[in-house]
Amino acid sequence: MTSITLTINGKSVTRDVAGQTLLVSLLRENLRLTGTHVGCDTSQCGACTVHVNGKAVKSCTMFAIEADGTAVTTIEGMANADGSLSVLQAAFQEHHGLQCGFCTPGMIMSASKLLEQNPKPTESEVRHHLEGNICRCTGYHNIVKAIMAASGQDVSAIAAE
Amino acid sequence: MPKDTGIGASTRRREDVRFLKGNGEYTDDITSYGQAVAIFARSTVAHGTINSIDISVAESMPGVLAVFTGADFADVGGNPAGWLINSRNGEPMKEPKRPVLAHGKVRHVGDAYAAVIAETEIQARNAVEAIEADITELPAIIDVKAALTGDNFVHDEIGTNQCFDWGWIEDNRAATDAAIKGAAHVTTLELVNNRLIPNAMEPRCSMATYKPSDGEYTLHTTSQNPHLTRLLISAFVMGIPENKLTVIAPDVGGGFGSKIYHYGEEALVLAAAKRVGRPVKWTSDRTEAFLTDAHGRDHVTKIELATDADGNFLAFRTETYANVGAYLSNFATATPTFLHGTLMAGNYTVPHVYVNVKGVFTNTAPVDAYRGAGRPEATYSLERVIDKCARELGKDPIALRRQNFIKPDQYPFTSAAGLEYDSGNYDALMDKMQEVADTAGFAARRAASEAKGMLRGFGVNAYIEACGIAPSNLVGVLGSRVGLYDAATVRVNATGNLSVMVGAHSHGQGHETVFPQVVSEMLGIDPASIDIVHGDTSKIPFGMGTYGSRSLAVCGSAVVRATEKIIAKAKKIAAHMLEASEADIEFKDGQFSVVGTNKSVSFGEVALKAYIPHNFPITEIEPGLEETAFYDPANFTYPSGAYCCEVEVDPETGKVRVDRFAAVDDFGNVMNPMIVTGQVHGGLGQGIGQALMEAARYNSEGQLESASYMDYAMPRAEDLPFYIVDHSQGTACTHNPLGVKGCGEAGAIGSPPTIVNAVIDALQSGGKNVTHIDMPLTPHRVWSAMNNA
Repeated sequence: MTSITLTINGKSVTRDVAGQTLLVSLLRENLRLTGTHVGCDTSQCGACTVHVNGKAVKSCTMFAIEADGTAVTTIEGMANADGSLSVLQAAFQEHHGLQCGFCTPGMIMSASKLLEQNPKPTESEVRHHLEGNICRCTGYHNIVKAIMAASGQDVSAIAAE
Repeated sequence: MPKDTGIGASTRRREDVRFLKGNGEYTDDITSYGQAVAIFARSTVAHGTINSIDISVAESMPGVLAVFTGADFADVGGNPAGWLINSRNGEPMKEPKRPVLAHGKVRHVGDAYAAVIAETEIQARNAVEAIEADITELPAIIDVKAALTGDNFVHDEIGTNQCFDWGWIEDNRAATDAAIKGAAHVTTLELVNNRLIPNAMEPRCSMATYKPSDGEYTLHTTSQNPHLTRLLISAFVMGIPENKLTVIAPDVGGGFGSKIYHYGEEALVLAAAKRVGRPVKWTSDRTEAFLTDAHGRDHVTKIELATDADGNFLAFRTETYANVGAYLSNFATATPTFLHGTLMAGNYTVPHVYVNVKGVFTNTAPVDAYRGAGRPEATYSLERVIDKCARELGKDPIALRRQNFIKPDQYPFTSAAGLEYDSGNYDALMDKMQEVADTAGFAARRAASEAKGMLRGFGVNAYIEACGIAPSNLVGVLGSRVGLYDAATVRVNATGNLSVMVGAHSHGQGHETVFPQVVSEMLGIDPASIDIVHGDTSKIPFGMGTYGSRSLAVCGSAVVRATEKIIAKAKKIAAHMLEASEADIEFKDGQFSVVGTNKSVSFGEVALKAYIPHNFPITEIEPGLEETAFYDPANFTYPSGAYCCEVEVDPETGKVRVDRFAAVDDFGNVMNPMIVTGQVHGGLGQGIGQALMEAARYNSEGQLESASYMDYAMPRAEDLPFYIVDHSQGTACTHNPLGVKGCGEAGAIGSPPTIVNAVIDALQSGGKNVTHIDMPLTPHRVWSAMNNA
């Protein structure tokens, strides 16, 4: 076991972890931050996406000990300080960008990084950015729309409701 | 201004807040104190005889609490098929036992033959590696037609790989044959409806606890229908009394059919929790999901369409080989038969239909209902052969369909496949589709594509489906072993807020938002005061669950009936409070009033009176305000639609790009347009995925070659377009109180033939004589078809 200290959603956390413990296991099983999901075993689905030192990372593909000394943000740390939904989260609700909710945390974590890097992405830029996040419910239409809306773009011309 | 609450409003979903903040609670998120882990030993061969399984080393390994093999379950029941199909010769279908763990033989790659319960996942996995299974590999049975010859059987005890040989409607066969023989024109098409893997993003997960003090079991599991799961475990598999088993399906991350069924892992964790005296959890990894979740589709079909010289449809005749996999999953026998054959008249006045389906066992994962379930297979066959017929007759594909449509004045219409359609207007859907898709502008867009060196094709499709399953009497006659009603309880609490317990399960459909819209509209109260309870057999009255686009049409109707009972009782209480005759009480906007006076009491005041029954007509009315209704529908509902798309095909590579897609559906009345639109989007994503990318591929040895997201092409955001969705042309269902038809499956039913028709049109426009390509239309398949034409 190795002792690691990292910042998770703004709080310092110290834990003893085994060498093979994945970051996602530390989050879900040890820290009970179960908003980060595991949807596959090949780093394809993106449901486990978190931020590590400001980068979107698939937490199923990183050992917990590699996160020693880093700052990690999970979906539980994405709402506003008063608990209200962030602009991006609110856009997902407003534009029905989620159904079963399982891929949603990964979508939010991934899309928030896109908007940091590219504040006004085009449709094709959004779609390209989401290549590492699979959704089986929405057909992506409303996810793409929500992300564009969160960037402040007028999405009213994109089909109804 | 559109309203933001009540029936017809695009109310934003209340459940979104917890999902968006990471506060959803899925089965794997729930941990019980002292929880142990189950890991399964699964067959690496498709077909083999189990000679022996030595668990002695595994049992002695660190952290191992128990090891189970098939022998441990030899005395319990099998997981049953829910629908009895009789063959054309009158014999009942073959239904070999589906055990909790394989015993005697393994029958598909992934078939579990042992399970280890250990303190940790790693200890359990290490112990699984130490199980010594001596299995003699047998030749794998994979091809459905080859499976019906020879003497190599998936289930030796039945002496055949044919589960059933079903004719629908057998009495119509001779007339259909005669109509085809005498027809001026017959179009024939052989096609494959490609096998798919549902791939709900949340893998299956089951956790069981057992209390020895009172013999009570609790099973948390990823289910679309917890009561059905309880019933199957109690009545057929484990014999646990229903009142000693609670099944809880908390937040569930998608289902699409794959979580309807009871699976052996659920029985295993229940048995294990009792034996080791600890909670036991199993969480599927994605590879296990690919290997063991029930797959979908997998039909090999020959269809013939006979017409007269003017293109009037005279008959459809099909012969289908339906792969049921290695074991019968719970709805496996209904899906290729009654959910498929009964729709083979489509939207058309065709007088003769005959459908023959042979269900075939193979050494592959079980195949069962997947989004659409039988109806996508019917629509695909019909709408592909109609398109081919139009081309052969030199007719416009839209005009040929319109020529044969059932007309609005013909309802109720009994189709040649035996269903009574209650309502619809297919021409209106086609008109709307042509408008919203700007089909008039196609020629100009084609010219623009061609100027870039691309081929542009237009494809159209009309579909009908049977949803809201189903009238129990009818399905009972057809072979169903269960009733298909649903139930709801409306509990008005003393302080005026409501808990509504529903039998439908929400795993993305938005029930927590939509059901309050309906109840709040009926009661004239704030929807925020209404809470929906679902997914827990200890809290809800009963329920047959969510599948077949039935939640609103069936369970929603039960909610309406229970709410009507609440209003009826509340009126009696209000009459007493207002010292008036019940006949003079009017209920509107949440107020009970005496007609012609200004005397009134609010719904909340009546609720309080019901629980504090001072000065109460106690001999006439019971205290309390809670009502339950079971609703059994009078008929299926019949959503229909007109879809079209335009694709661009790159002649250099064969790559298909969907440029425009329009879906115009008749869902009857719409409760929440935003959610309905989202359901269509999701169905389209899966249907376009089937058409262009997705395929479950077994090789001749029975190895699943597409068992990961590296190998199975899941549609990603870049693969799909924005969609045009319209449901303004609804015709109300005539037999349920909300006039609703169901929207969950439409997109997956209507889109595959639309895409394939468009690709064929594109290739033909480029001078290629290609009349059919089997799905998925990968670049390789399209390029090969073009270059071999």
